[in-house]
Formats: sequence, structure tokens, C-alpha cells
Amino acid sequence: MYNVLVVDDSPSMRSMISLTLDQAGYKTQETNDGVEALAVAKSNRFDLIITDINMPEMDGIQLIKELRCVEQYKFTPILVLTTESGNNMKMKGKEAGATGWIVKPFDPGKLLSALARVLD
Amino acid sequence: MFDDEDMDEIKQIFVEESNEGLDVMESGLLELKPGSSDSETINNIFRAAHSIKGGGGTFGFTEIADFTHGIETLLDEVRDGSRSVTEDIIQLFLECVDCLRGMLNSINDGADYDNERITKLSARIQTFLDQKQDASNITNNASSNNEEKVIETITQVVTRYWDIYFKPYPGIIKGGNEPYRIFRELAKLGTLDVKSDITSIPDFGEINPENCYIAWNLSLISEVNEDEIYELFSWVSEECELEITEKAPEASLLTEESELTEEPEPEESHINNKTDSNKANSSALIEKSNNEQLSQEAVPATSEVKKKSKSTVDTGSVRVGIQKIDNLLDLVGELIITQSMLARFGKESNSDESLKDLRDGLELLGRNTRELQESAMQIRMLPIKVVFSRFPRLIRDLSSKLDKKIILNIQGETTEIDKLVMEKIGDPLVHLVRNSVDHGIEQVDVRRALGKPDAGTITLSAMQEAGNIVITIGDDGAGLNKQRILEKAIAKGIVQPNDNLTDENIHNLIFHPGFSTAETVSGLSGRGVGMDVVKRNISDLGGRVIIKSKEDVGSQIIVKLPLTLAIMEGQLVRVNDMIYVIPLLSILESVLIEVKDLSLIGYDLLVYHFRGEHIPIISLGEQDDFGERCKAKNLQRLKDKLLVICEIGGAKIGLLVDDLSDQQQVVIKNLETNFKKMPGLLGATILGSGKVALILDIGGLASVFMHGNSSKVTNQITT
Repeated sequence: MYNVLVVDDSPSMRSMISLTLDQAGYKTQETNDGVEALAVAKSNRFDLIITDINMPEMDGIQLIKELRCVEQYKFTPILVLTTESGNNMKMKGKEAGATGWIVKPFDPGKLLSALARVLD
Repeated sequence: MFDDEDMDEIKQIFVEESNEGLDVMESGLLELKPGSSDSETINNIFRAAHSIKGGGGTFGFTEIADFTHGIETLLDEVRDGSRSVTEDIIQLFLECVDCLRGMLNSINDGADYDNERITKLSARIQTFLDQKQDASNITNNASSNNEEKVIETITQVVTRYWDIYFKPYPGIIKGGNEPYRIFRELAKLGTLDVKSDITSIPDFGEINPENCYIAWNLSLISEVNEDEIYELFSWVSEECELEITEKAPEASLLTEESELTEEPEPEESHINNKTDSNKANSSALIEKSNNEQLSQEAVPATSEVKKKSKSTVDTGSVRVGIQKIDNLLDLVGELIITQSMLARFGKESNSDESLKDLRDGLELLGRNTRELQESAMQIRMLPIKVVFSRFPRLIRDLSSKLDKKIILNIQGETTEIDKLVMEKIGDPLVHLVRNSVDHGIEQVDVRRALGKPDAGTITLSAMQEAGNIVITIGDDGAGLNKQRILEKAIAKGIVQPNDNLTDENIHNLIFHPGFSTAETVSGLSGRGVGMDVVKRNISDLGGRVIIKSKEDVGSQIIVKLPLTLAIMEGQLVRVNDMIYVIPLLSILESVLIEVKDLSLIGYDLLVYHFRGEHIPIISLGEQDDFGERCKAKNLQRLKDKLLVICEIGGAKIGLLVDDLSDQQQVVIKNLETNFKKMPGLLGATILGSGKVALILDIGGLASVFMHGNSSKVTNQITT
């Protein structure tokens, strides 16, 4: 079973993602911002990380940079949540080390297919 | 995909958090000054708008997403500095916040959106955006994008042969992208042939195991077009060399067949989905069936949906800090330990030793339950900020409308208050603050003449004080005009010209029903229905209002409220065989009756002379024929009885009781649930002995008493 970390400051978005993934048989854990996510990530083992970009405390870009410095997350797929208008953000995310992106708004199918692309 | 219940719940969370987001936007916008470039504030506003848009789209509230999209675009320009902050734009954003709030309320109530308002505001946003784009000659990307989506070309499905050259940069794996996963996805599109080009692999000694040195030549036989192949490489497009070329078809036998199978597909799915590959088709079908499901449920069951969402709103929910829950759980743990301690006693209860243990255990149990109660109450508590946060906006709007300069000073916004009290105190507070703006703070020229600073100050503060919340609304304005209040009250027959009234009495006249001194009704306040309603609302909450005012110096309205409605501090009193509870908040003091201070006024009103005042006496034990008996001059029998003097909204009454017993916290049980609402009673509680005691509502009691007496008494009590 894949272990997925979901990072978003919006509880509804988090619940939506978790619910989708839980029903598709993934194991999920939710965190509210980058700082919390980094701490949780370091003390656990995740196969995939989904993170929002705009967050208080530590934003998604910084989180990815920090995660890529952690040995166990060097190659782990990290997907960022962006919007259609956030082309700039996609590139910033890539530069920071993101694997890909999920464009908001998304439906469960879109989310799951994005995940399937990066998991073995 | 989901249970309706799950989805409803998430939508509910979305509405709640969006409302919070709007609060963030609003307070940020109010902080923002024209010409400023406070990036932190702008960022916060942007982030809130962004979340609302994302959520709106994801949870199917497309109107919200579309509307917020415009706001977000405009905010983005402000954020990147290409548009400056102006008063106009702040105003526009504030109106958008109001509009979104309305939309969220519509979702909650199951009502329709106010489309006219949405269209108007969207048009104004668009005007702003157009100005910018005209200036810099950028074509309107957003709208052409949309058109692109709507006018979907339905391409014919033909088997095509693709050659793909893919040479990733060495660092590709570090971004989490494994080439073989991309190939796996490609293989799902059709028949894939993979050939590796390993010519670039360096000598063994120079190999960095974290790098990728291989390039690939792929050939794909599939119906997909170039975009769809490219899509699979989109995440790595900046990290590789990629060439996608189409080969001439080697055989076109399959073409017609596939055309046949694809043709009957309903057009809808093509329009919904940009792509039309096998894979995309299947997801389009899922999408479609979801939509169908949604609309099927939504259409016939509208009224049911409305009802359901209504009930969720009414129940309300409280977001509780983890810390509070943890405390509660800790305490429950403690309680369990204590319980087991006591249970052990039950088994081996035969020595003096164990009796001591029992006492210790009971003491501990007492402490545990007290703490548990406090902790559970904490869950209902919210910072008063939630109420206060609406005032900066109110003051801004009002002061610009009235052309006054006002500084709002908020203190103690972290003070916590019961959620229910908070919900009910909002409107009275708005009224009081409006009054301060409207009647209190003077016009600039008047202020100058008085040597006051141009800008008036309104101070809003909250603090906790001995089990109460004290909210003060203060201003440095004109203060209450005693002369005018008095004239008006006399004109309205509320008081007599020769009545001897203290300043306090005069101030309290403004709470009299139907009293208003505003010479013209200004539309903000001064309709004369205000202050008595304010006072009644606050009394209903078990609170009091006190006015302190000095002409030309300013006014202070002090609202004292109980911390919570569920539990209160009560004084237990005995009348005959009954125990009653008097809210401690309304008790001024208790005195032993001296017969010489009693006097019978008129027909049946017994009053007590107390510190220069005449306080009407209510006997709880013999309400009906009390006056009758007193008429028989049998005052002597009241000797050494106790009189509890209570104050409610400035009026004082004395309650005749036989005995005072404990002061304790009582849990208020609603009478209406099982019986009916009784004037003069707040509810009931269960005492330690298991007996039920009625809790007195002093305000209600006073008004019951008033209505049974002459109008003269009425005046005496209210003044």
C-alpha cells in the first residue's frame, strides 16, 4: 500500500484528496503547512507527496527544496497543486525539484491518473 | 465516486473555510492603503482568493470559481507590482468579498445566487483588466483560452505512427521522474517499441549512480495526436531533448474500423474533454456519469437538499484547537484513574485506612469533574475577534458615508466567549458602534471648535472579569445630551417634568422603548427601535448594559455578559420549601429587612427604602395576594426576612426570600424542551440533592411584575 503525504492549508482540499486516495486504496496523511509536512515526512516514510504551493509558514516551493535535501526523499515523486493560470508556478516547482503537477480544479479521476503516472 | 454525505461534509468545510478566507481578505484589504506595496498583506489576500477559487472549481461551484478567477487575476497584477493599489480597486475588492459571502450563504441556504450582482461586479473587474491590457497591448488570454475550450474540434480517429526521440538530461531522476514510468504510460496509448541508446554512458569510474546517461528511440502505434504524447512528457519538457515526429502510415487497414467504434460516442464527452484518446475517453465517461448522478439527485430533490443544508447550518460547528481536545482527553484519563481508585475501595472496604482512601478519592473525583467541566466549556469558546473583525469595515463604510474621520481602536480581541453568546451579541454591538459613529463622533469642524483632534476615536475592548465578559464601546465624541434626552422624554410622557432624576436615570432613558433623539432619521441609526432592543437582547443573554457619558468628552457603553449560557454562577435561595436560583450576575446585595424602611405605596406596592432609593419588593412565595396581605398592615411579619436586591438594566427590584444558601455553578436546563417558556424563569437546574430548582430571570420577573401593576410603577422600574 502506498503511503501518501498530503500538504495543503485548505482543510476541504485536503479532505477531498484524502478521501479520493483512501477510496482508491492509498494510505494518506494530511498536514497543514510546509513546516509541519517536513517534520512529519522526516519521521515517516512516504512513497509520494502532494503539496499545495501557496501556504502560510513554509510554502510548497521551499518544502520541495528542503525535502530534496533529505536523503530518503531525493527521488520520491512530489506533485504540486497549481491552477491553470499558474504556469509560472509550475516552472518554479520544477526548478525546486517537483516531479509534476496537478492542475486545480481536478476531479478524482484526474488526480488518480496523475498519481498513477509517478508510482511504480 | 463519493458518498453524498462525505461530499456534503467536504462542501460544508469548504463553505466554512471560504468564509474564513473572505475574512482574511477583508481585513487585509482594510489594512491596505492606496499606493502601498505591503507584499505580505497582498500575498495573504491573494492566497485566500486563490484557495477559494481552487476549492470552488474542485467542489463544483463553478460560479464561485469563475467569479474569483477575475479577482485573482487582478490581485496577481497587484501582487507582481504591475498594477498599483488605488482606493477604487480596494473598494471593488471589498464589494467582491461581500458578493462572495452572499454566494456562500446561498449555497448554505440552497438559494439561488444573486446573478445580477455577480454579473455587474464581473463586468467591473473585466473593465479593470481591460484597461491594463489596452495599455500594454496584450491580447486577452483568458477569454481566448475559454473560447478554445468551448469550440472543441472533433478530430477523426486515425491510427498514426509516431517516432519519439527522448534524451533526458542526466539529473532527470532527481526530480522524481523515472523514464520507465513515462514509457509505461506511453505503452497504455498503443503499441510501443523501446530502443535504448547507450552511447553516452561514460566509463565506469565516472558514472554517477544518481544520473541518467541513456537516450531512447521510441516508436508508438496509436490513435493519439502529438499533444497527447507531449502531455506525457510535459513534466520533464525542461529536462530533456524531445523530438516527436509522425511517420507515414505503413498500413491504413485499421483506420476505418476504429472510426466505426469511435463514431457513436456521444458528442458531450468530446465537448467536456479536450482529448479523445482511449484513456481520456474512459475518464470522460467517469466524469459524465458523475455529472449525471449529480444532476439527477439535484433536480428532483431540491427541497430536500435545501432542508438538509439548512439543518447543518443551524446546528453549527465549532473549530476547536487540538490543544483543547488534548486537555479534555487528559482529564478524561485522570477521571478513569480516579474511578478505578474508587472501584478498588468497593472491593476492600473494611478498614479505617480505606475510608481515608475513599475520602481522598472523592476529593480527587471532585477536582477532576470540575476541571473536566471547565475544559469541556472551553470547546465552546471562541475569540471575540470573530465578532470584532466586522467593525473595521463598518467604521470605514460609515465614516466615508458621513464624512467623519474615525480611528478604530480594538483591544482584547483574543478574549474568549461562548459561541452562542457571540452569535447573539453581534447585532447589538453593531448597533452600539453605529450609534457611536452616528451620534457620538462629531463632524470635523465641530471637533476642531472644541479643540479635539480631527479624527474621532472609537475604542472597542473586551476583557474577562470575574466570570463575566466585559465589552466596552467608547468614543471621544459628543457624549449624551442630557438636556435633549430629558426634553424628549418629557415630551413623550416617559417622565414627568418635576421628577428628580440622576444623570444615570437620564442616560438610561435612551433604553426606553420608542425613544430616539435623532432629529432626522439618518438611515444608520435613530429609528428609535434600537436601544431598547439592544438592551433586551443583552438582558436575554443574562447581561447588563451600563452607560457612562460626559457631554463633549465622550461616552462609554459597557456591556457585561456571562461567559457562557450553558453554565452560570448562581445564588441558591429558599422560599418556603422551594429552592430557587438567582443569577449571581444580577445580585447587588442582600439585606435583612428593617420594618421601619418598608412602606406601602398606593394600593398594593410595597417598597423598601434603601440607600436613598425606593425599591419595589417582589415576594416569590405569595405573588398573587401579596399586596392584599400587605394592605392589612401586617408588615411586622416581614421582620428579619431577607431581601435580595437585584439590578437589571439599571432598574432595581428586591426579592423576598426566607433563606440564602450556597453559591454554586449551575448547569442550565432548558424548560422549553419539555414544558413551555415561562416569563420570569430562565430555566431549571438539578441540585446535588437531585432536586430540581428553578432559575429566576430577573428581567422577566420585573416585567411580569410591572405589567400586573400601575403604569407609575412601570416608570419607576425602568428609570
